[in-house]
Amino acid sequence: MAIVIDVQGLSFSFGSGALTQPVLKNITISIHTGEIVLMTGPSGSGKTTFLTIIGGLRQAHHGSVMVLDRQLINSTEQIKVSVRQQIGYIFQQHNLLKSLTALQNVSMTLEMQNSMTEQQRLEHSAEMLRAVGLGERLNYLPDQLSAGQRQRVSIARALVGQPKIVLADEPTASLDKQSGHEAVSILKRLAKESKTTILLVTHDYRILDIADRVVELEDGKIKNA
Amino acid sequence: MNGIAWFYFPARLAWRQLIFDRTKLIAATSGVLFACVLVFMQLGFRDSLYASAASAPVKLNGDLFLMHKQSEAMWRPVQFKRSELMRTLGHAAVAEVYPLYSALAPFKNIETQIKRTLMVYGLDPDSMIFDLTGLKNKQTELRLKDTVLFDEFSRPEFGPMRQLLMAGQHTTEINDYKVTVIGLFRLGVSFASDGNVITSDLNFMRIFPNRNVSDIDLGVIRLQPNTSIKQTQNELRSRLNESVNIFTYEELLEYEMNYWANIAPIGFIFGFGTVMGLVVGLVIVYQILFTDITNHRNEFATLKAMGYEHGYFVRVVFASAFFLAILGFIPGYFLSIFLYQLAESQTFMPMPMNISKVLTVFVFILSMCATAGLLAIRKLKSANPADMF
Ligand SMILES: Nc1ncnc2c1ncn2[C@@H]1O[C@H](COP(=O)(O)OP(=O)(O)OP(=O)(O)O)[C@@H](O)[C@H]1O
Ligand SMILES: [Mg+2]
Repeated sequence: MAIVIDVQGLSFSFGSGALTQPVLKNITISIHTGEIVLMTGPSGSGKTTFLTIIGGLRQAHHGSVMVLDRQLINSTEQIKVSVRQQIGYIFQQHNLLKSLTALQNVSMTLEMQNSMTEQQRLEHSAEMLRAVGLGERLNYLPDQLSAGQRQRVSIARALVGQPKIVLADEPTASLDKQSGHEAVSILKRLAKESKTTILLVTHDYRILDIADRVVELEDGKIKNA
Repeated sequence: MNGIAWFYFPARLAWRQLIFDRTKLIAATSGVLFACVLVFMQLGFRDSLYASAASAPVKLNGDLFLMHKQSEAMWRPVQFKRSELMRTLGHAAVAEVYPLYSALAPFKNIETQIKRTLMVYGLDPDSMIFDLTGLKNKQTELRLKDTVLFDEFSRPEFGPMRQLLMAGQHTTEINDYKVTVIGLFRLGVSFASDGNVITSDLNFMRIFPNRNVSDIDLGVIRLQPNTSIKQTQNELRSRLNESVNIFTYEELLEYEMNYWANIAPIGFIFGFGTVMGLVVGLVIVYQILFTDITNHRNEFATLKAMGYEHGYFVRVVFASAFFLAILGFIPGYFLSIFLYQLAESQTFMPMPMNISKVLTVFVFILSMCATAGLLAIRKLKSANPADMF
């Protein structure tokens, strides 16, 4: 199977000079198409930092990070933007735009694609919201939804653009057990249907069962790759 | 992104974010509205000032005009010798010359007996120095002793002259000298004078006993037909005393306007008022956009993480600025129309709302909002998607 994320000898530090704080130390990991990988590890071990580098949000300078056949080490803004556009993100907080309805929020992902008409965008978005069980809530504002529903809107927003990769950073942290599990189950079901690769960071041991593989990051190193 | 989508989508997002918070929208709009009204009023008063300042010179009927170099404007002349004017008759192109005498003097309201200052012009009744219909059929009557014509467009504080004349009341005092009002003309008030009176040169000397026929305020020169005004002006200039300016009609108007625009502090005051209005508006709009970006920083960072580029957010901010400009301008325009009418009824000076003024103010407001947007955009940099997770 093809490798969509290929990290070789990635090192990353915050700060410079005497204040340099190494966060990621010589990390090597490959993730295949359609794989669901969960990453756990103690707080401060560098999970979020790792995710932001993979997602093209943070610039790393040492090692090799190939995402969707693009080198992100010392990359241009253009490359990072194009990688971002092919990745779906799910944040710990839902991070929906609070002045937009659920439907409009999901549709924001598609507005970057010229190939669709507005009609098609809204149809796709509505379909995706139905898939996450929010068919009845299309025109609700985020404030009118529960935390679990908001996170499901986020999932719809991340998936509607049919990304090759979904990155999620503690998506269940602000949810109770029930809705947390519900959210990741939906995520897993939809991802499997479309062969989407998922890299999910979590402290939440209740959801480890959805994973194909679990890796543990400790002090900037992968423990059991 | 291409075509319409390039601006439409960010503009739509800006609009949705603007109308989401109505209270803030109203506050922002009021700020723009305030700036808009302020600028409209300043420009209105300024234009009205310039227009009325030239109300007397506009009606002057001549080809060339002599004025003392120290005369800053027609309403505050420095006298020069009539012989200077007469000397120009030596030039072959000069057909006729007439002196104009002018002075500010108290005029007694016939009804209330209250005195108020207006401008008195003294001229040869046959000269038609002023191109005014009210003057035409009164030329002989104006030669009689102590007769004057009154400007119907003077401020009402001088009394309802038309009704008074019909009621047979036509005697009053100018400069404590008894005169008879024999008719009306229409000239208009200016910042310099609240009203006008025209009388004959001889009556003028009677009203102002310490004035002298040989010291004149303005010289009006008419040329023979088919002669070059410019050329004659140049030739005359070399013959005239250095202390006297010689103007064409256009130059005289310009000189008057320039006085109000640059020499009198008034022009500066209006310019200053305009700038202040724009600065206040700028600060308000900047403040609104800035807090807006701050409040939406997380949302912008989220969108950045999704692959939206910096330019998209720049367009969102500019679109917000544009919407605020429009939303503030429209009510500002209507409020200003109302205030113009109010001001007109109070000052008796024309305050027309014309298309060029509307465009000017709109461009001002738009650039004001755009500048505010430009300043606020720097804040966008702080929306770093790496801090989102
Ligand atoms: N912007 C930053 N500047 C400097 N240091 C940072 C920054 N972000 C994170 N760090 C540091 O890098 C280390 C790794 O942080 P990171 O957020 O990746 O950990 P994490 O594994 O996601 O932890 P958690 O489970 O608490 O989310 C921490 O020691 C943190 O203090
Ligand atoms: Mg983290």
